[in-house]
Amino acid sequence: MADGRALAPGDGFGEALVLSEPLSFWGGVDPSTGRIIDARHPQLGASVVGRVLVLPSGRGSSSSSSVLAECVRAGVAPAALVLREPDPILALGAIVAAELYGTALPVVVLPDEAYAAIRTGDRVRVHAGDRAACVEADG
Amino acid sequence: MAGLVLDPIDERRLAGEEGEAPRLAMRVLVAMARATDAERFIDVEAAHVDACLYHGQVSLDFTERLASAGARVAVPTTLNVGVVDLLHPDRFRGDPAIGAAGRRLMERYVGMGCRPTFTCAPYQLPDRPRRGQHVAWAESNAIVFANSVLGARTARYGDFIDICAAITGRVPDAGLHRDEYRRGQVLFRLGPLPDRLESSDVLYPVLGHLIGSEAGSLVPVIEGLSAEPTEDHLKALGAGAASSGSVGLFHAVGMTPEAPTLQAAFGGAPPLRTVEVTLDRLVAARDELSTAAGPGIDAVSVGTPHASIAELEQLAALVDSASVHAGMALFVSTDRATLAEAEARGWVEALERAGATFVVDTCTYVTPILDARARVVMTNSAKWAYYAPGNLGVAVVFGSLEECVRSATLGRVWRDPDLWGDGG
Repeated sequence: MADGRALAPGDGFGEALVLSEPLSFWGGVDPSTGRIIDARHPQLGASVVGRVLVLPSGRGSSSSSSVLAECVRAGVAPAALVLREPDPILALGAIVAAELYGTALPVVVLPDEAYAAIRTGDRVRVHAGDRAACVEADG
Repeated sequence: MAGLVLDPIDERRLAGEEGEAPRLAMRVLVAMARATDAERFIDVEAAHVDACLYHGQVSLDFTERLASAGARVAVPTTLNVGVVDLLHPDRFRGDPAIGAAGRRLMERYVGMGCRPTFTCAPYQLPDRPRRGQHVAWAESNAIVFANSVLGARTARYGDFIDICAAITGRVPDAGLHRDEYRRGQVLFRLGPLPDRLESSDVLYPVLGHLIGSEAGSLVPVIEGLSAEPTEDHLKALGAGAASSGSVGLFHAVGMTPEAPTLQAAFGGAPPLRTVEVTLDRLVAARDELSTAAGPGIDAVSVGTPHASIAELEQLAALVDSASVHAGMALFVSTDRATLAEAEARGWVEALERAGATFVVDTCTYVTPILDARARVVMTNSAKWAYYAPGNLGVAVVFGSLEECVRSATLGRVWRDPDLWGDGG
């Protein structure tokens, strides 16, 4: 169990999908299918739906908050986001989806060591409160 | 951590005493303040809103919540691109339902008191932010330009929070609003480059792409640019760096306002890392921007971010008396005000006669404007090259402005053989 920092509150559970590079949701994830469409991304074609998405950070575009929130609305969002660096744009997508649709997509930041310990396929439980978060991975 | 302390006006808005729209805006702002460890809110003098670009039903759901509560912006607010060119609406080739929703979204923001600028380059409008002024700008290329070139202060705002800041005139005192986050972190040292490359527009988007890939979300400092870059060069650099990375501010030593010297750029601290920018690395970055080699292309797109008047002048000079090759398209994206100025100077008529198509209010990589049969598209923009393959499903050939124009007139990729020296 690792302690982290909550950027958006909620509880999430799912199989981890670890991205080897940052991902811009805008231009990088298709909000109708939840698949990664960034042609240059190493995990191109992977589905984020229902996964605990583990990624170093977002990238580039300031529209990623909309695309993440649209994924939530369309039912193709990840179960949780686990980041290595805080990303306010992704947190914002989760926060606005919560305001509009009453959903809770937790967004958390983990210290480097705990972040690096998560492997794709691990079953991961994420709990994020107002400030503190904990992440439990069962490898 | 001291925690977040609200001013009385923030408290009143949060309690709903100023109405439903400021309450919702403030709830989102407070959540963001917590996520960014802010201890207070500060005033902004202007905003640039990106939430007017339709990304699905969520865009309208959020906007209608605000608009139906009577939301009005509290500070001068410009708008980013939408999905429809409102001056040439027939150029939208997508699903008519999305076009209608996108148009409604754009109109909703105008209804809240935003100016119908619909440009990703608000720094090309009059009344742009001054050095040291706090603003709330969304749109990644605009953010990096405002911070780096104008020396204004904006954090990296995304959709939703941009309009929340415009409605309240308040933002969390965090990130790039604060001195400690504006200091350089990674040094990019340019080595000797071929003369032609150093004086070419093509250097800047490629350098930006390389810097974004290496810097991620850190603040890059560029040392060793020999020619004095124009604002258009810095715009292309920033747009590239904010696509391949999350760069919200860069310093160019001796050229941008907060970097009179290397030491000033780093705030007296040593760099975390130094990246030697050699010709080989630039060639590799350039090659990453192309997903096709040509020579076959179906269209050429320039003007991302929106072309300035100086860029339209160069374009008109490059096209000169030539014409776009039969069966090819040359798209030029710009904003309404720049289009009007270029019209007054006769460049629009000349370029249209040569076969160019102007696009305003939107851009060719965010909405279906290109012919659906287009498979390979050439561009001089690192940002366009970065996003178009995912957004449009096209392959990209990247080149200089001159290479783009000559390719459009020849109907196949033309390369300037001397541009990259021996780097090929």
